[in-house]
Amino acid sequence: MAFEKVDEILEKHGYRHDALIGIIQDIQRLENYLPLETLRHISHRLEIPLSRIYYIATFYKSFSLEPRGRHIVKVCLGTACHICGATQNLEQMERTLHICEGETTKDMMFSLETVNCVGTCALAPVAIVDDTYYDAVTPEKVEKILSNYATESEGIESEKN
Amino acid sequence: MLVTLTINGQIIHVERETPIFEAAKKLGIPIPTLCHHEALKPYGSCRLCTVEVVKNKWPKLVTSCNYPAEDGLEVKTDTDRVKRTRKMVMELLLARCPHVPAIQQLAQKMGVKTSQFKKKGDEQCILCGLCVRVCDEIVGVRAIGFVGRGTEREMNTPFGIESDTCIGCGACTYICPTSYIEMVERPDAPGGRSLNKGELTLDSCPNSYVCENCDREQQFLLETMQVIEKFRRENEKRRSEQKV
Repeated sequence: MAFEKVDEILEKHGYRHDALIGIIQDIQRLENYLPLETLRHISHRLEIPLSRIYYIATFYKSFSLEPRGRHIVKVCLGTACHICGATQNLEQMERTLHICEGETTKDMMFSLETVNCVGTCALAPVAIVDDTYYDAVTPEKVEKILSNYATESEGIESEKN
Repeated sequence: MLVTLTINGQIIHVERETPIFEAAKKLGIPIPTLCHHEALKPYGSCRLCTVEVVKNKWPKLVTSCNYPAEDGLEVKTDTDRVKRTRKMVMELLLARCPHVPAIQQLAQKMGVKTSQFKKKGDEQCILCGLCVRVCDEIVGVRAIGFVGRGTEREMNTPFGIESDTCIGCGACTYICPTSYIEMVERPDAPGGRSLNKGELTLDSCPNSYVCENCDREQQFLLETMQVIEKFRRENEKRRSEQKV
């Protein structure tokens, strides 16, 4: 496995130890998760113990050590969203995608995550797919929102073919 | 620079920045602790060494192991507030690890019989961080570290697999106050350290480290003594020759 792109990231951050979180973020953006071998590689390159990198990677919820889907679906379960019925939305998401919270669909298309507040309580209940925010989500809207992405991804794939 | 502070009314002069814990030790005032070790930097994770500090007439609770001594500081280690707090910490620890002898003994010493909290299970690790710190500060290997956060925090090797940096020194097993980490040959044992042995043989001693009546050890000692004896004789011979 080549680590050229990883080395580019390290280069960009100037091999600085204090940029470790930024480096891990960039790697997650590149690989969609944090593979063991890549973390081991940066541990050797930066001369930071692997235990420290692993500690940071497991401390922050935004880092994933397992492969995630192409689209990350985040359902806000903060107080405002909870009151507006976010749990029903989450259940509907789980039913539609046939996965539980924190899991990834078999076709690696969607990962379902929960967050505790995204700071846009006026839009409650909020769901976020990748970087798009969906406001006032109801269980009926869930399927429509998700189908956007399913068709879109398939469309991209068929274009490639 | 020396600073003057009072601990339970007793005046003591210590070097500035000395932790209160050390100053109290000099006065012979006992402070219970589980995460402190002389050879390691203070960490303040067990919270048992909590004391009350009065600064600018404002009393507050601090962990004595990592609170630096200042001029005019007034420390109290036996107030009701301190006792209450320590008891609470002890109860929490007891709820976490109800079957660990070290915790049970300390609880008994502090007069904590039962915990008001629901027993969490049969945890053995108190997350004091001694093993993590000894591996970092003394051994300099950092094979183990903390994983996760909050209630899911635990001590483990990266990815929970065999560490390729561990040298198998056993420092973590030695320092662990609850004997959670054990030297095991099975990598899948609970809390087990799996070691990448490499050239190092890590066979456990067949005589369970009873060196006094071990043939191999006696042989080794005999050889060493013979070498020393030989060296001594040669030295004396050389000296006497020089005198002549």
